[in-house]
Amino acid sequence: MVEKVIAGLPAWVHGRSERPARPEVVGEVVSGKTAQTGAVGTTEKTAARRRRKASTLGLTGVTGWLLYLVLPVAIVALWSLYGSAGQTQSYSMATPQQIVAAAVEYATDGELLINILVSFTRVLEGFLVALVAAAVLGVAAGISRRFERFIDLVMQVLRPIPGIAWIPLAILWFGIGENSKIYIIFIGAFFPMFVNIVDGIKGIDKRYFELGEVYEIPKWRFIRQVVIPAALPQILTGIRLGLSGAWICVVAAEMIGATSGVGFMLSDGRSMSRPDVVILAMLLIGVIGKLMDDVVEWQRRRIVKWL
Amino acid sequence: MTDDIIDIRHLTKVFHTDNGDVEALHDVTLNFPRGGFTSIIGPSGCGKSTLLRIIGGLDTDYDGEALMDGEPIPGPGRDKGFVFQDHRLLPWLSVRENIRFALPPEHKKDDGLIQSNIDLVGLTGFEDALPKQLSGGMSQRVAIARALANRPKILLLDEPFGALDAITKIKLQDQLLRIWQSEHITMVIVTHDIDEAVYLGQTVVVMKPHPGEIKRVEHIDLGWPRQRIGEAFNTAKDSIYQEFFATN
Repeated sequence: MVEKVIAGLPAWVHGRSERPARPEVVGEVVSGKTAQTGAVGTTEKTAARRRRKASTLGLTGVTGWLLYLVLPVAIVALWSLYGSAGQTQSYSMATPQQIVAAAVEYATDGELLINILVSFTRVLEGFLVALVAAAVLGVAAGISRRFERFIDLVMQVLRPIPGIAWIPLAILWFGIGENSKIYIIFIGAFFPMFVNIVDGIKGIDKRYFELGEVYEIPKWRFIRQVVIPAALPQILTGIRLGLSGAWICVVAAEMIGATSGVGFMLSDGRSMSRPDVVILAMLLIGVIGKLMDDVVEWQRRRIVKWL
Repeated sequence: MTDDIIDIRHLTKVFHTDNGDVEALHDVTLNFPRGGFTSIIGPSGCGKSTLLRIIGGLDTDYDGEALMDGEPIPGPGRDKGFVFQDHRLLPWLSVRENIRFALPPEHKKDDGLIQSNIDLVGLTGFEDALPKQLSGGMSQRVAIARALANRPKILLLDEPFGALDAITKIKLQDQLLRIWQSEHITMVIVTHDIDEAVYLGQTVVVMKPHPGEIKRVEHIDLGWPRQRIGEAFNTAKDSIYQEFFATN
């Protein structure tokens, strides 16, 4: 409401001349229509408003990119200046230039790619096992209140135990090989996905059940064609959280008893007293984590195109 | 003896709430002639939607009898088309797939049947549109097409145009009447709009609240095609209007 009033003021009042003539009003009418009649449809309103807001706040185009990149560039620049002024000692801190050099060094002997691929494969294995388990248990708990009650206490108690806390037991059970790492990744990925699948299914619009009754839709077809798609936005949010959980856990698992992987690079760098390698590994973890998140989010938008 | 599709006898429905029992319907006796168009009108809380839901089989917990073709209504089903106030389309399915979703297995692949029902509600060209791309009126037409594609014996409409603007509402009312004429299908509409009740219904059932009871059943002859203006419409409307706001 306030926004609408502000938008209606002449441009000179709030000093924004680039705002289009009356977009707010058009948006209100269109979204009002869907909100009135739609079982699901309010997101359109907020999305449209967000887009408008993004353009007026200068979050798109060149200004948007500048705003996005200015902080990291400034950090790297200051860090370089600090480093070249001789303020850092090579055994405790590295300059950006040294990190780049380390990246080139590791990339040329192929170690960089191998470590990334090894970690990525482990993540994928643990994540996929977790996805299957979370899908089966989550759908079952989402549609059957009895089953939810049955597993609820165990899930509630296990959920707060972080993946790292499982490392000792995983090593006792599976040794220090691949299986213990995949188990820890599984733990990190499973719970966010399970919780979101259950919540997503339980939160679907109950009015769809009446629709299913009127059109005599068999139970399994109803689950497949109504329950799963209705819960899909939240299921995909769970998958996104699960993947980042898996990525966090692979690093933890690899720091203990591994001979390859990004987490190994991290602990290996420390034992070699090479801060450049340590920071390179940390940056890799961050960048890969962000990229994986972007891919899932991009897929989520592509799949959930009806919202 | 007329041929009635729906026969309701001494129907009483009580909702058990935390604040005690609420009698939503009290001793309702009513029948709907086959092929007829009946409007049920009344203020909110008069039990008109509850009555419609019982006919649709969505509510089977009541006292008295609710018969369809002489048999108790066992539950909801495709033979009793139900159009809700919200269109209740599945947002992830296109118009065509929303209709296909509701079809029985033997007609699932019948694209001709789906198309003819899309054409019937005047949405030719919108087959692949998603619900978010449709206006409220168009969505409600898809909901009607979805119900009709199942060849129901009766079409029950629960304030289907309540959320639409006046112009869209008038267009959809006319379209609904044309469909009623061409498809020879029994229709029952629940509404709180007197104009709508009088314009659409051959019979208008006026209900009153606390408890929900039938106040009056009015037969209306507006001829064909119906006129929204003129003597007949206004007389019928006035009479319902007075009944609606009468104090007793």
